[in-house]
Amino acid sequence: MQQGKQRACEELRLEKSPTGIRGFDEITQGGLPRGRTALVTGGPGTGKTMLAMEFLAKGATEFGEPGVFVSFEETPDELIANSASLGFSLPELCESNRLYMDYVRVERSEIEETGEYDLEGLFIRLSHAINTVGAKRLVLDTIETLFSGLSNAAILRAELRRLFRWLKDKGMTTIVTGERGANSLTREGLEEYVSDCVILMDHRVTEQVSTRRLRVVKYRGTEHGTNEYPFLISDRGFMVLPITSMKLDYAAAEERISSGIPRLDAMLGGKGLYRGSLALVSGTAGTGKTSVATAFADAACRRGERCMYFAFEESAQQVIRNMRSIGLDLGRWVEKGLMKIIGQRPTVHGLEHHLMTMQFMIDDFDPAAVVVDPVTNLTQVGAISEVRATLARLVDHLKSRNITVLFTSLTPGAADEEMTNVGISSLADTWLLLQNLETAGERNRAITILKSRGMAHSNQVREFLLTGKGIDLVDVYIGPEGVLTGSARVSREADEKAREAALRLEIDRLEADRRKRRALLEEQIARLRSEFEGEEKELESRIRLEKLKMETMFQKKKEMGISRKAET
Amino acid sequence: MAKKNDSGSKTEAFEKALAGDQAKRYVLRLYVTGSTPRSARAIRNLRKICEEHLQGRYELEVIDIYQQPELAQDADIVVTPTLVKRLPLPLRKFIGDLSDMEQVLKGMDITVKS
Repeated sequence: MQQGKQRACEELRLEKSPTGIRGFDEITQGGLPRGRTALVTGGPGTGKTMLAMEFLAKGATEFGEPGVFVSFEETPDELIANSASLGFSLPELCESNRLYMDYVRVERSEIEETGEYDLEGLFIRLSHAINTVGAKRLVLDTIETLFSGLSNAAILRAELRRLFRWLKDKGMTTIVTGERGANSLTREGLEEYVSDCVILMDHRVTEQVSTRRLRVVKYRGTEHGTNEYPFLISDRGFMVLPITSMKLDYAAAEERISSGIPRLDAMLGGKGLYRGSLALVSGTAGTGKTSVATAFADAACRRGERCMYFAFEESAQQVIRNMRSIGLDLGRWVEKGLMKIIGQRPTVHGLEHHLMTMQFMIDDFDPAAVVVDPVTNLTQVGAISEVRATLARLVDHLKSRNITVLFTSLTPGAADEEMTNVGISSLADTWLLLQNLETAGERNRAITILKSRGMAHSNQVREFLLTGKGIDLVDVYIGPEGVLTGSARVSREADEKAREAALRLEIDRLEADRRKRRALLEEQIARLRSEFEGEEKELESRIRLEKLKMETMFQKKKEMGISRKAET
Repeated sequence: MAKKNDSGSKTEAFEKALAGDQAKRYVLRLYVTGSTPRSARAIRNLRKICEEHLQGRYELEVIDIYQQPELAQDADIVVTPTLVKRLPLPLRKFIGDLSDMEQVLKGMDITVKS
């Protein structure tokens, strides 16, 4: 019962006409309202014409719906040239009868108004154009210019109302463009006539960097995002960056993958990172962020997966050369087509432009791992709140595609390392902190895991060594004076060894002493014993002698008695 | 309604233009939409102007853009009815049913005989 009701509702729902514009159909849940008129408005140079043109071109090429473009401002030649830079050929579409272009010019200086009139001429032209190609889509760009050409606004308004109704009756999916007025969406209040769908476009420049944005102001009968969505116009057409996964409903993988550093994997609960998670590697300059990032990228390629590496500080060649010095050969992965290194300075474009280009590049390459090194370079082109929101969008997009991401983040030297990354660290599932510990006149690298969601990770500080053979982690020396690294660790270890050796020696010495004393004692005992044995013998012989004496004495006494034959 | 618009007539028109105001040759096209009252009114008004002021020196073609919609695009017609004055130069468009005769005459640069 409930289901039946739901189905009925869905059938009643507004039918949509997909625009084919990347991202746009997602934010409008399917495109523009089919058979109705949508108003696209914005200031000059915000890309209204391009959006409209792309709508027609995609309709003609991808959805089999021919279109009519009625231009009130740009001549067909200008339109052809402008569209060529977006990657589609209007003459080709026109020749194959999939597009019809008409240029309507109303020049006030040539016109005298001499009485009652109507716009039937325009209607006839439209209807002729629609019939010629069998159009399903129509663009009027910008119909408001009629107001500057014709003085009788009352007639115009009535006629426009009639025109929009006529288009609706004809079932044309129409885009009407309008120029944004001071206090209204359009100068001539076109929004009064077009009530189904209104899209507002904007082009802002903040800190010398421009960003294009669009917003669905109104979309009758459709749940739509009300946010401003950044978009870009590139050689591959018009693209909108949707917030696809703000719902955080992507699946969480159980699979673990190596970070590329075996000891680090051991620290990460013994198994490494979760697939589809975001690892943040932060640290000050020269702490080895890029090395960790490259090891991660290398590991992905080793598994036979594709990896995309965005290098914002170095060129691709430079990354390859530098990483060879720590024994990582990225060149072979690039040759195999498993790795793509994109070296670019982010300040070239606005933040959103940049992130969108990245997102589309990623979508095209379809990697399993993505490295952005360093992500903080993006913050140079936007306010931190903006960067956070846009990065969140990119990250969610990547996570939803189960791509494992590694961001490196440069912390300014003086700042507190754990604080400055607050902007992006909350996005991260695993946060590795690289530090330069300065002790005893030298700097040594150390690595700690600040957090790692969903695993029992080590809380230990490890010294981080970059060697010709790769990255190694060693235990740091922890003693009464704190954590020691580098040569301090080495010398401390040496000290330790010396002390141990000394102790061993002492033990040996005492042992020897003990043995010697015992030997001495034994010797004494032996000597005494032998002395005593001598004495004993002497005493024994004296005893024997005395006994003999005594026997002799008794014998004599007896003999005397016998001789006397006395009283016995 | 044959139109004579070869180079000969242009030269002729140019020479006549040099000769003076009265000699100007007018090439006019009226674009209408079928036989609506407004179209009929425009045709009636234009005929009257031509007969009264341009006797013998005008060519008039009335085009029904319902019948020939492609001509509307060629002449860039948006509003109907529209009268296009192709000659004498400059090209001018008169929109509406031409009921404001004074405005039409002024725009056509026709001096009204007193």
